[in-house]
Amino acid sequence: MTAAHIPAARNPLAALWWVPRGIIFGLMAFFIFGPLFNLLLWTVAEKWYFPHSLPLEYGFSSWAKVFAPRGGAMESLTNSLIVALLTVVVSLALAIPAGYALARLKLPFRGLILLAFLIPQAFPNLTVYVNIARIFYEIRLNGTIPGVVLVHVSHGLVYAVWIATAAFSAIDAELEQAARNLGAGAFRAFLDVTLPLAAPGLMASAIFVFLESLDEFTGSYFVGAPDVNMLPLLLYTTAAGGNYQIASITALLLLVPSLVFMLIVERFLKADVLSRVGH
Amino acid sequence: MSRRLLGLLLVLPALAVIAFLFILPLIMSAVGAFQVEGAFGWGNFTKTFDLYTKDIIFTVVIVSLSTVLIGIASIAIGGYLTLGEHPVAVAILRWLYRWPMFIPFIVVGQILRTFLAKNGMMNNTFINLGLLTPLDAVSFLDWRGIVVAFVWKQTPFVALLVAGAMASINRDTIEAARNLGASRLRLLLEIVVPQVAMTLTVGLILSFVTMMSVLSVPLMINAQSPTMLTADIAFRVNSYGDYGVANALGLISLVLAASVAWIYLRASLKERA
Repeated sequence: MTAAHIPAARNPLAALWWVPRGIIFGLMAFFIFGPLFNLLLWTVAEKWYFPHSLPLEYGFSSWAKVFAPRGGAMESLTNSLIVALLTVVVSLALAIPAGYALARLKLPFRGLILLAFLIPQAFPNLTVYVNIARIFYEIRLNGTIPGVVLVHVSHGLVYAVWIATAAFSAIDAELEQAARNLGAGAFRAFLDVTLPLAAPGLMASAIFVFLESLDEFTGSYFVGAPDVNMLPLLLYTTAAGGNYQIASITALLLLVPSLVFMLIVERFLKADVLSRVGH
Repeated sequence: MSRRLLGLLLVLPALAVIAFLFILPLIMSAVGAFQVEGAFGWGNFTKTFDLYTKDIIFTVVIVSLSTVLIGIASIAIGGYLTLGEHPVAVAILRWLYRWPMFIPFIVVGQILRTFLAKNGMMNNTFINLGLLTPLDAVSFLDWRGIVVAFVWKQTPFVALLVAGAMASINRDTIEAARNLGASRLRLLLEIVVPQVAMTLTVGLILSFVTMMSVLSVPLMINAQSPTMLTADIAFRVNSYGDYGVANALGLISLVLAASVAWIYLRASLKERA
């Protein structure tokens, strides 16, 4: 390391630095993992009441309840997955042509167009969802799966378009030109050369959109509830009803994909794509 | 067909979604805020300020306090990742701080609700360690719980941005100041932070806007009065079907978020002038 570090390594007192470090890292770990550990305990607690600091009985009866055919959770899980997958399909169908155009073709007002997709993230959006719900109520989209998908698409589109644009601009344009020179049509060259090369970046944008949809609460609350039940809504209603076991299991179902994604995101989002996001 | 036209045609469907599903409802909400039983007027705003002035102040104080705490925490984390001298300690911190980043707000609300309760895990741990007596244990599920939830969830995001910006600044100035005997705290505050001020501000503004629009955290942690504007909007619509006052509240939170962005724009223009 640096020159300052070498004498410190020889100094026996340097080990004492681990005392303040240990205290600070320990406190951070307690506040980060404590709530997560608490959640895990609740998912397997059969009996847990004041003033006991740990559950009195452990078991999986709440898990059985959640995954029972009439438990209601299965319906929410299925709805959530259907909505998230449809959101990914619709977002990518919109974002792949848009991203390609923004990366490759000469567009007037390119910067403004890119910025337009950020609008749903840059304004407090609660009041927007309230008014979307009113519009959807008029055209009978309120309380339907397509309605919820549309709301999620508008919110996730910024990830889809920005990452797709970055993914396409990270690819060498000459490769596509070479395919054209060999006689491939424009669409053929895009399909056979550019699209496969952009696939890892597009995969990353798909995962972002999927998670964004899975975790979305506010839009689903106004547009979906009470007809379309989703996992975040189930979590809210069970927690409000004081059923911490079911609420914690639902929370865990939402948590696991997010944590897995955090661990693998760097595999899909390479530095060459990442450095082009938003440009 | 010209390339420009083709390009516009390819972008158009995506732009249409934003226009119809975001900008149109946004305009509806701005117009609706001034509509009282079909006529235009200030009625919704008088009613809003009569009922919710306390909540407006509460929201501003909570979100501002959280923003300041997020800023301090992310400077500390980013600073240690950049200037820390012990590679093992830096690696531990790098592994540790990112966990809450992708956890959804609704889950954050649920897990902190059980963690911060009067007989929750935090108080229980302190009691078992002898740091707290059971009689002194209090619930943190009020404004403090909301602040903790916001800081818990948003700090990793801002710290990630800040640490990235800090990693890309020129090491020579840092080394030069270090050789002149500057302490690490002075290095951080006088050399590193000024160079990442722009990134830090962008991260904090994005967090500010996000916190202004989160509904699940106030609903899960503290839905009693005083509460945040988002919970009031939901209550207004669900209990009374009162879209006028809901839209007025929405417009107020919009103005609050916009004024923060405006302060930032003015500061950055001054810097360039």
